[in-house]
Amino acid sequence: MEPYYYTLESLIKIVVVVTVLMLGVAYLTLIERKFLGFLQVRLGPNRVGFWGLLQPIADGIKSFVKEDIIPDNADKTVYVIAPMITFVTAISMFAVIPFGDSFTLFGRNIKLVIADIDIGLLYIFALGTLGEYGVVLGGWASSNKYAVLGSLRAAAQMISYEVALGLILIGTIILAGSLRLTEIVEAQRNGWFILYQPFAFLLYLVASLAEINRTPFDMPESESELACGFNVEYSSMKFALFMIAEYAHLVTVAALTITLFFGGWLGPFLPGPIWFIGKTLVMIFILIWIRGTYPRMRYDHIMKLGWKFLFPAALANVVITALFVALR
Amino acid sequence: MGAIGFKFVVFIVAALLVIVSSLLMTTRKNPIHSALWMIVTFFAMAVIYLLLNAQFIAVAQIMVYAGAIMMLILFVIMMVSLDNGAQEQKRFPMAMGTRLSWALVVVVLLVELMFAALFYQATAKVGSYPAEAVASLGNAKTMGMLLYGKYIFPFEIASILLLVGIIGAVVLSRKNK
Repeated sequence: MEPYYYTLESLIKIVVVVTVLMLGVAYLTLIERKFLGFLQVRLGPNRVGFWGLLQPIADGIKSFVKEDIIPDNADKTVYVIAPMITFVTAISMFAVIPFGDSFTLFGRNIKLVIADIDIGLLYIFALGTLGEYGVVLGGWASSNKYAVLGSLRAAAQMISYEVALGLILIGTIILAGSLRLTEIVEAQRNGWFILYQPFAFLLYLVASLAEINRTPFDMPESESELACGFNVEYSSMKFALFMIAEYAHLVTVAALTITLFFGGWLGPFLPGPIWFIGKTLVMIFILIWIRGTYPRMRYDHIMKLGWKFLFPAALANVVITALFVALR
Repeated sequence: MGAIGFKFVVFIVAALLVIVSSLLMTTRKNPIHSALWMIVTFFAMAVIYLLLNAQFIAVAQIMVYAGAIMMLILFVIMMVSLDNGAQEQKRFPMAMGTRLSWALVVVVLLVELMFAALFYQATAKVGSYPAEAVASLGNAKTMGMLLYGKYIFPFEIASILLLVGIIGAVVLSRKNK
């Protein structure tokens, strides 16, 4: 019977996580627009419902009923598949992030994580690289020169920042001695990793912003030069899928940051999931704040920053952390 | 359905997917489609690695091959031919002798494969890292201990080779001044 119970338990966790994530993403769009509005001394959306609270629902309905256009010259299969790739990879990343302690229910020890796998962090990296295919292929399949330019930029940017991102996190992995995210959280019981790795945290913030293509690194879709880049030809629900994936990525990056540097769900008094959601929200807030503060960087500056600063700095961080751990 | 039956079904599906997608990869006219089918092949291979209890290899396969390397290949294809990646078709005229010898090579390889599959028998000798030992120690940890312990010498040689490759690429791509 064990496999059935296991399947049931996993299914329940998946349904809960995806529901919370989707609701979170829907309202994240509102939060971001509101907060960006306040940062720019305007009100943000405030027409649909009280304080604009029904805006995400209105946006959803609008996306559903809009005409779905596929350009004549588009590579139809790839054009349809591209948003799906981005969406699926963005959501599945959440499977390995622990959001609470384990507890016993009906004699079963239930861990509050969907898949507690040995190679959790690598799994997230793998999905991150795959997610970029959606952006690259979507732009290419639209057969629009702006879109192709956007996807070329996305590919180059991803290749450059992936390397640094992996190297930055090696410091954390050395400290925790594991790639399993539950063990990384557990290792932070006596002190969050931000205390040991403040420099790595800053580097990680920069690299992950570049990885999810957000301002100041939103080269693939820079509105002012590429007219929205890779998704310029997309409309209706396909466009919405790209948007949902982008916000799901944002949530994942925030959740991963707090898992790696701020002790994950650990915290006094309150239960784990509440700490987890609270910390993630604060992190998301900081990410939106960065978007509201910095202008878009020029393309060659982004490349230079990636290869000539982030990469050597990450290497130095690895060496120093390893030395510190070895001498301790 | 028991646990073994389920694994068997997954294996058959993954194996068929590998064969079909690699066939499609070689027969597509559009180079980008070929690259995409290659990614599918890598994915199905990763599933087979997972069935063999090699999670680390499976994820490394997806991350390095399906992720980074294929992204580079796609990048190059898109850079070289921006017109939808479609190339004009060139027919390579092949002499009858060449065709026959290629066919012969393929037939010999196929027969070899069938013989191997039919007559090869597992020795039933358990290696020093069976699935249970790896599971108790952790997959990444086992890999790390082997790479940096027992196989440190080949590992270092491989790293030096890669370093030479990097330096060579830098030298080649540098503009002459």
